[in-house]
Amino acid sequence: MSMFQNMMTWVDDRFPATKMFEDHMSKYYAPKNFNFWYFFGVLSMVVLVNQLLTGVWLTMMYNPSGEGAFASVEMNIMRDVDYGWLLRYMHSTGASAFFVVVYLHMFRALLYGSYRQPRELVWVFGMLIFFVLMAEAFMGYLLPWGQMSYWGAQVIISLPGAIPYVGDALMEWIRGDYLISGITLNRFFALHVVAFPIILLALVVLHIIALHEVGSNNPDGIDIKAKKDENGKPLDGIPFHPYYTVHDLVGIVVFLIVFCIVLFFFPEGGGYFLEKPNFEPANPLKTPDHIAPVWYFTPFYAVLRAIPDKLMGVIGFGVSVAILFVLPWLDRSPVKSIRYKGFFSKFALAVFAVTFIVLGICGVKNPGDHAFGLSFITYSTVGQIATVLYFAFFIGMPFWTSREATKPVPERVTGSH
Amino acid sequence: MKKLIVLLVAMSLPMLVQASSGKNEHIVTAPINMDDKASLQKGAQLFVNNCQGCHSANFMRYERVSDDLEIPADIMMENLVFTGGKIGDVMVSAIPQDLAKKWFGTAPPDLSLQARVRGADWVYSYLTTFYADESRPWGVNNHVFKDVGMPHVLQTMQDSLGEKEFKTNMADLTNYMVYMAEPIRATRESLGYKVIAFLFVLLFFVYMLNREYWKDVH
Repeated sequence: MSMFQNMMTWVDDRFPATKMFEDHMSKYYAPKNFNFWYFFGVLSMVVLVNQLLTGVWLTMMYNPSGEGAFASVEMNIMRDVDYGWLLRYMHSTGASAFFVVVYLHMFRALLYGSYRQPRELVWVFGMLIFFVLMAEAFMGYLLPWGQMSYWGAQVIISLPGAIPYVGDALMEWIRGDYLISGITLNRFFALHVVAFPIILLALVVLHIIALHEVGSNNPDGIDIKAKKDENGKPLDGIPFHPYYTVHDLVGIVVFLIVFCIVLFFFPEGGGYFLEKPNFEPANPLKTPDHIAPVWYFTPFYAVLRAIPDKLMGVIGFGVSVAILFVLPWLDRSPVKSIRYKGFFSKFALAVFAVTFIVLGICGVKNPGDHAFGLSFITYSTVGQIATVLYFAFFIGMPFWTSREATKPVPERVTGSH
Repeated sequence: MKKLIVLLVAMSLPMLVQASSGKNEHIVTAPINMDDKASLQKGAQLFVNNCQGCHSANFMRYERVSDDLEIPADIMMENLVFTGGKIGDVMVSAIPQDLAKKWFGTAPPDLSLQARVRGADWVYSYLTTFYADESRPWGVNNHVFKDVGMPHVLQTMQDSLGEKEFKTNMADLTNYMVYMAEPIRATRESLGYKVIAFLFVLLFFVYMLNREYWKDVH
């Protein structure tokens, strides 16, 4: 035996290194017909690692105080420290990229029914990740202590204020002060760099353990374990390593090219990744003309604004996120994949995707402005229509999925290489 | 290729939505060129002579300007540092902020990042659209910043140089302010080309590696 084999035997007698590698990589059988949509899971992990690593170094140079935060970002990190700007742009572009890949990853699940039995917990853990990610991003956005950091946080923190009786006390408890101050900044910093990253990592582990227990879904939504060869290997499965490791590498490099184009040439993302008012230090006495949350929150923010009553708006805002958790129990179709569902499911999913984007646009616009240059309708009205359509997708799903005619599902996967 | 295009479109979706509020017909495109060192040097000189009297650039060091714009340190110290500061100091204004607040009604804002807050076009348009208005304390008003507290400090320059040369000067000043708002911009872009070129080379190898492995899959 070679020295390496000796060493691995020594380790394996004490720790299941080889077993873990086999269970999750070299003997984890994944369907061979993964398509483009299956890159976004691994891309989420790439962005997560990017956020963790750049975050560690940014923390070394950042000053979490009301007096020093803005200057530590714009002076120390952006100007004085060598490559500080690069770390900051990687982190800020990474935040937006995180939501791009996570939204596409979630859309993949909607397309192919990846949340269906037996993967309900994979979906629920994923939704918890999404929920914690939103909290993580929200807390992180306060840290540069610019005008939009401050006033964006002001809007979101004021939401619990709509709750009767305890609202005001709850807001004070969250802020730790009578207004957003250095104290709020300090606790958000602690949550952003310690508490939420730990929870996030733990949830990612749970998400993957749950996935590997039941195996990956595929674009046909059929069970590859149903057809096995004489050795008990799925006929339509291939070992994740090396096949999907080399496959994902291609996706990762393509993603990095797009990511770097934004990072090096459009780091402000047209004013959507880094908002212009955020280059001005937070000023509690001066409200910006137009407060818009960062783009990745705007679909849910548009739901909040669409409902005229403040408390109902906050409830609608919460439900618009929470309703995604129960998706596995709303879909009653006999088939998983959109490929074999009926016309109405396809139509509804297309409408839902457009609705989500339209809500996102409504969330950044002035509610009173004419929508899309049309003189007869405002963003406020469009937002309300889109909100109705958003909820109709979830409420209607049990009805159309259980009634519509579906196409026969193939025995073996289709469209592989 | 198709996948790449889809991904590109997906990532640029939020950028396709143009912010609609706050359009002003007086805002024109600033004729600036970030690669023009002479223009940036002229802009730095204009800034120090005409702006820094009242405004600070608290996030900008003289040394950085000297290094980036290729102005030798001794020339920088003689011609552009009037406040008795050292080369490593930040560009602080000559007047105390509390006095300035009394004189103008509001403290003159720090200009380090103004070009990033307002945009180059706004800065250029602001500098070139002062007009006489007797109802204002200083007798002037501005088309893009209504009822601004700042007097038209460049009036003498505008009158003596003529409109054309004045606008060239304002373009240089705007150019400098854009540079000052993000001094690493040039470095960022040149590094970007190298990183992306490397990634394309890497893409070729990982693509070939993938093709080699997937030959076995039927």
